[in-house]
Amino acid sequence: MAEQYSWPARGKTSIIGKSHSRLDGPEKAAGTAKYTYDINFDKQLIVRALGCPHGHARIKSIDTAAAAKVPGVDYIHAFKKAGDEIEWSGELIVAVAAISGGAAAEGVSKIKVQYEVLDSFTAEDDLEAAIKAGRTKRGGGKSLTAREPGDDDDEDEFVDAEIERLLKAAKFTVDAYFGIDSITHCCLEPHGTTVKWEGDRLVAYLSTQNVSGTDDQFARGLNITADDVDVHCQYIGGGFGSKFAVDYWGLAAAEISKATGRPVKFLLSRDQEFKLGGNRPSGYLKVRLGADENGVVQVWDSHHWGTSGYTGGGVSHSVVPYVLTPPNYRRKATSIKCNTARARAWRAPNHPQACAITQTAFDELAKVMGADSYDVFKANLPSASNGKADLYAAEMEIGAKLIDWKANWHLHGKGPKKGSVVEGLGMALHTWGGTANTSSAIVRVYPDGSVEAFCGTQDLGTGTRTVCAMVLAETFGLPVEDIKINIGSSKMPFSGASGGSTTVGAVSESHRRAGQDALAEIFKLAGKKLDADADDLEAIGGRIRVKGKPKRSISWKQACGGLGLKPLEVTSSYKRGDESPLSSSGVGGVQMAHVAVDTETGIVKMKKFVAVQDMGLIINRKLAESQINGAVIMGIAYSLFEQRLIDPKTGAFLNAEMRDYKLPRLGDVGDIVVSLYEPESERKRGVIGLGEPPVISPGAAISNAICNATGVRVRVLPATPKRVLDALKKARA
Amino acid sequence: MEKTPGKTGFSRRAFLKGSSAAAAATALATAPDVAEAHQVGTAVLAGPTVIVLTVNGKDHKVNVEPRTTLLEVLRYQLDLTGAKPVSGDGSSGASTVLVDGKPMMASTLLAVAVRGKKIETVEGRGGEKTPDAVQKAFVQYDAQQCGFCTPGFVVATRAFLDKNPKATEADIRGGLNGNICRCGTYANVIQAAIAVAKGGGNG
Repeated sequence: MAEQYSWPARGKTSIIGKSHSRLDGPEKAAGTAKYTYDINFDKQLIVRALGCPHGHARIKSIDTAAAAKVPGVDYIHAFKKAGDEIEWSGELIVAVAAISGGAAAEGVSKIKVQYEVLDSFTAEDDLEAAIKAGRTKRGGGKSLTAREPGDDDDEDEFVDAEIERLLKAAKFTVDAYFGIDSITHCCLEPHGTTVKWEGDRLVAYLSTQNVSGTDDQFARGLNITADDVDVHCQYIGGGFGSKFAVDYWGLAAAEISKATGRPVKFLLSRDQEFKLGGNRPSGYLKVRLGADENGVVQVWDSHHWGTSGYTGGGVSHSVVPYVLTPPNYRRKATSIKCNTARARAWRAPNHPQACAITQTAFDELAKVMGADSYDVFKANLPSASNGKADLYAAEMEIGAKLIDWKANWHLHGKGPKKGSVVEGLGMALHTWGGTANTSSAIVRVYPDGSVEAFCGTQDLGTGTRTVCAMVLAETFGLPVEDIKINIGSSKMPFSGASGGSTTVGAVSESHRRAGQDALAEIFKLAGKKLDADADDLEAIGGRIRVKGKPKRSISWKQACGGLGLKPLEVTSSYKRGDESPLSSSGVGGVQMAHVAVDTETGIVKMKKFVAVQDMGLIINRKLAESQINGAVIMGIAYSLFEQRLIDPKTGAFLNAEMRDYKLPRLGDVGDIVVSLYEPESERKRGVIGLGEPPVISPGAAISNAICNATGVRVRVLPATPKRVLDALKKARA
Repeated sequence: MEKTPGKTGFSRRAFLKGSSAAAAATALATAPDVAEAHQVGTAVLAGPTVIVLTVNGKDHKVNVEPRTTLLEVLRYQLDLTGAKPVSGDGSSGASTVLVDGKPMMASTLLAVAVRGKKIETVEGRGGEKTPDAVQKAFVQYDAQQCGFCTPGFVVATRAFLDKNPKATEADIRGGLNGNICRCGTYANVIQAAIAVAKGGGNG
């Protein structure tokens, strides 16, 4: 065992912290990378399913007789039966397995289901209507007010009085409403699986973020044991937090396969992916805040609501207000039960909405004060709940330079107008944990010097394979291409699900540990050949050499030759939460948006977006930048384009196709400038996850920029052209 | 969209007529050999049919029904799974292939409608060991994350740059908007496309 795990110091790395193209890039660009949807077995059946068109209904009858007679249809699998109540639009009723997608679809079209349509409630933004309909439940809350001796009367009465007193005493106040609608994950590869049975053993290609955890899910659902399930996922077409589970349609695929004796492919259709594949809770907030003469918020009083579907839930109160937490606050959350599918974790759960509905209030304060938003954010940094005021201040300075804040700033609504176009700036800041997940890896070094590793992780697009290879290459002093990485099978050593920015930390931990443990053994062999102490050796440039005496060296291959006839195999693990010199948690980031708003059309154009981000130690600069670029673009999507539209009368999901569910296109994103902030104070903390944090701030930053441009707040995101025009019209009235 | 039957071999109206009267219609296009299957003059099709499609320079005999899409043939009969099924209406661009050099959505093309045409898929651009300029640039500029949209984007970028070999950044931002990426690789795709354009479209 290596005595102590560590990373090389800055300037002492040959691979870590540098840019390297993703190792599976050529396969992806060539179209030869095989995703779950691309796995085809001989004689496989393809499944299509019928979903419920209503938001709330009871099934009166299901007739599949005509479907069963369609040529090519092999099997019909009912999810529901007469009498069952359906509580959201899209819920699957019957699946049809056939020799082709066309035959399965024809079968689905012949199924007759009669429904008793029931009243549905989907007005997730309308608190009064929800109360009237009895659809609300308490979503938690907390108050914290500075107390002095003698202030020990009734808790609620005291808080009430104190909040009112503080608001009255405030030099500046804001009384406002902000919101952000529900969106979907919209993975381009829909949820689903391609399965076959080999005797009593299930082989499942699953589009999953959770390779190591889904064999057990299959086993429980099918009443078999997990050792009889192989889950594979070499490539996954998007997850974003929605693909941790096998899901009931995954189990159905295995059941249909068992019943028919044929392999089965069951991936959701596009509209089902929108309706069932995952959505992010909405959030709407009313707030009163009071600030002193310097713009430092002293009191915050908010109530927010929203929905995460039929079971209730919504944006957690614990992140309201977001990061900037005044000394006195009261926050209350109400969850609304809607006839919509249950929400799933969406990149940085709770944070993007909390940021969008609360850091807009800080910008509104700047507007009320007639102040520079930058100054107001800066004045409030000392209240950062994560204690990162200094880090944020440094990142704000970097961001301001990159977006040329001083030159481009004007007071809200006071900028020059070019024709009908006005421009504006906005900012926001965020935080995230990003702790390393549990992970084990096997590293095998062969006597001929070749190296491979095995780890039951997955590559969501982060570049997991590349990170594993870079960590081992750095450790062994070898080129990245010389390391063979094997991931994506539940039969490999356990590695936690990819969620919450935990994967790069996880695999860096397991691979660095296994690498350093293996290297210690190789050093023992090399030490004999070099007549040196193993502790005095280093592995650099394909050679093992004596520290300080580069000429006393042997090649990596020669050293490995000492293994004789059998490979060296090392398994090393990291357990989530354990203190480690290799990884840590807790990052910050600051983002700034520069937008142009056409006041005649209501169209908001992104001019420039600056993202400054710390993440501890950077493994691969190029991939880290890609994560941030991607997060910003997802942020632009939910700020300006995408929203789930539900028919208030029927509860039907109205825009469940790609043409109707608006996402930005290549021409919509403007210039994105990414700045990786890696001062020694952060680098020395080790690897921290990066996937979530940069997706958090865009909502508030873009909303603030629109308000700065027009002088008018678009209260609810996305800021669609109609909403922009409505806000301008209302302001003029 | 109306086309002359004799020339393209397929009329939308004739197809609609044919499919609505499928039971009564006579199957005319069950051809025993490739030469005959290449015949593209039939106007009414019903039931399973053998046709020949020219994909990446090779003729392939495939079994189709009138409703079979080109995408289904590529993915389920030719093991060409680069073009992806993302949207039923072609609005994501993930199934982009070249048909006689023009970018089209394999998900919205019926297989019988592309008989006699040259179909090129992403796999025809070059394999992972022999990538073309666009594929190389996509790797170098990391214009891919999960990679599910990447094949469609590669083909669309190739077609766009073939048509606009001297495209500027503004041209690319204005013209390459038929493909959706959910991971958010647009900034990198722009860089990749610029690099290829600067190299003369093929560089």
